[in-house]
Amino acid sequence: MGKVFRFGDDVNTDEIIPGRYNVTTDPKALAEHCFFEVRPDFSKTVKAGDFIVAGENFGCGSSREHAPIAIKASGVKAVIAKSFARIFYRNCINIGLPIMISEELYSLVQDGEEIEVKLKEGTIKILKTGKEIKSKGFPDFIIKIIDAGGIVNFLKNHDIGELEDGI
Amino acid sequence: MGTVAEEIFSRKLSRNVSAGEIVLVDIDVTMSHDNTTPLAIKALRNTGKPLYDKNRIVVIFDHVQPPASVESATLQKEVLEFIKKEGIKNFFREGICHQVLVEKGFVLPGRVIIGGDSHTCTYGALGAFGTGVGSTDIGVSYATGKNWFRVPETFYFDVKGSFDKGVYPKDLILKIIGEVGARGATYKACEFGGETIENMAIGDRLTLTNMAIEMGGKTGLIKTDKITENFLKSRGYPYTEIVPKDPNYEKIFEFDVDDLTPQLAVSPKVDNVYPVEKYEGTEVDEVFIGTCTNGRIEDLEIAARMFKGKKLSPLLKTIIVPASNEVYFEAMNRGYIKIFMDAGAMVCNPGCGPCIGRHQGVLAPGDRALTTMNRNFIGRMGSDKGEIIIASPATAAATALTGKITDPREVV
Repeated sequence: MGKVFRFGDDVNTDEIIPGRYNVTTDPKALAEHCFFEVRPDFSKTVKAGDFIVAGENFGCGSSREHAPIAIKASGVKAVIAKSFARIFYRNCINIGLPIMISEELYSLVQDGEEIEVKLKEGTIKILKTGKEIKSKGFPDFIIKIIDAGGIVNFLKNHDIGELEDGI
Repeated sequence: MGTVAEEIFSRKLSRNVSAGEIVLVDIDVTMSHDNTTPLAIKALRNTGKPLYDKNRIVVIFDHVQPPASVESATLQKEVLEFIKKEGIKNFFREGICHQVLVEKGFVLPGRVIIGGDSHTCTYGALGAFGTGVGSTDIGVSYATGKNWFRVPETFYFDVKGSFDKGVYPKDLILKIIGEVGARGATYKACEFGGETIENMAIGDRLTLTNMAIEMGGKTGLIKTDKITENFLKSRGYPYTEIVPKDPNYEKIFEFDVDDLTPQLAVSPKVDNVYPVEKYEGTEVDEVFIGTCTNGRIEDLEIAARMFKGKKLSPLLKTIIVPASNEVYFEAMNRGYIKIFMDAGAMVCNPGCGPCIGRHQGVLAPGDRALTTMNRNFIGRMGSDKGEIIIASPATAAATALTGKITDPREVV
């Protein structure tokens, strides 16, 4: 169970973490500046297990991995959006920040409301109304990466060619 | 068979590949810069695997070059240690990664290139498949020499007509993005073709493919032709023909540049595109000409022609950053640098310049910049209370002359 931080469409990586704060690779330091300009209270109020819910094209803009790292280090359990920008989507899967795609959720929850998410099952429950939603699934080879906790962990124990078995 | 994207992947895998397939391919070039290499090294180390092939790696220092803070100097020092330890030969600090990779012959038709920078989509101007990825993907290629892709569907942009005086390819790509929208081409390969593109020089083609990401595109592509061949051969690089064969495009967009006018993308989104007339006369505090979009010799030529013998107001920050040392040398030889400095512009060393918001012309709260960049997001150039407007080099130069947004057709 966690609180929803709700954002709009086209949230870009400069908003998630402005370029001038990419002067470190320390996740905690990046988390301190997460959404620093567009939502200055974010890093102070977000708690482990909370969620980001957004509209279309979340994470557009630069390829900086500092953006998903900052979100993950903030304690966010999952980002649930109508759609994701391509590089951001890859980055989240690679670093093990859970993402879910749901067209439906965005219009059903408000900022600050609570939801319960089961990542494996891909279900999202809105506590206020009790409504349960199913998110869109991932292809098999992406599930392999997610199950390993990211691509780096996958490569620790596997050859990259093994991904192809799921292709 | 198929689109330019399908052709490249089919050649790579020696079988027919279609959009929608997920493929694992050898990466010809893995590029990253001072901002994205530190995390890539971390990812490589965490896999526990050695570097797969150091000769297919290129590292460029361009984002904050030379380092402007203790923090960036420290990160760059880490990268330098990696480069020395691993014996990486392809390390450069002589301009923006996308320009340097083209100049040094790493970008060749048919190659698959990944870059730890979203504007890696630029390389399609030479018939290569370039796409931006995050640092972990760079680390994956460091460790394995491979990476996975979903072969994208293609949007085809069929462009005809010729540009009016004062109107440039940058105005065309802004117009396209304004119509398609910031997420209108998400995940798609954006292939540009038609008579206008067939007559376009490589420098201008690079401006188009560079901005494919600004409509969500996975890459920008242009089929190779005589212009590509001449460009590569004049530099002593090999040429391979990459052209579509019976392509099946998901969508075709038609544009006619005969009636195109200078365009602006106003803060804070790249698809907020309007004709320059709408904002004519608006005062600006900074004009910046440069970047991987418009920092090439063709772009500096436009500015030099307009600045020749003129004086710019010192109240305005006019900043010019050649995209690479090669461009800088050429601009010197042609006398452009003297023209810029005589006019009172500040010429900085090649690199990303103020586009990254960390040096060489950051914005104060309330500052308004007219730039040749590719992004106008809030806070990108410094203060989040600053405003960024994107335009062609001609509109930028005309604006520098007056301190107010100016239609370049009134100047040229």
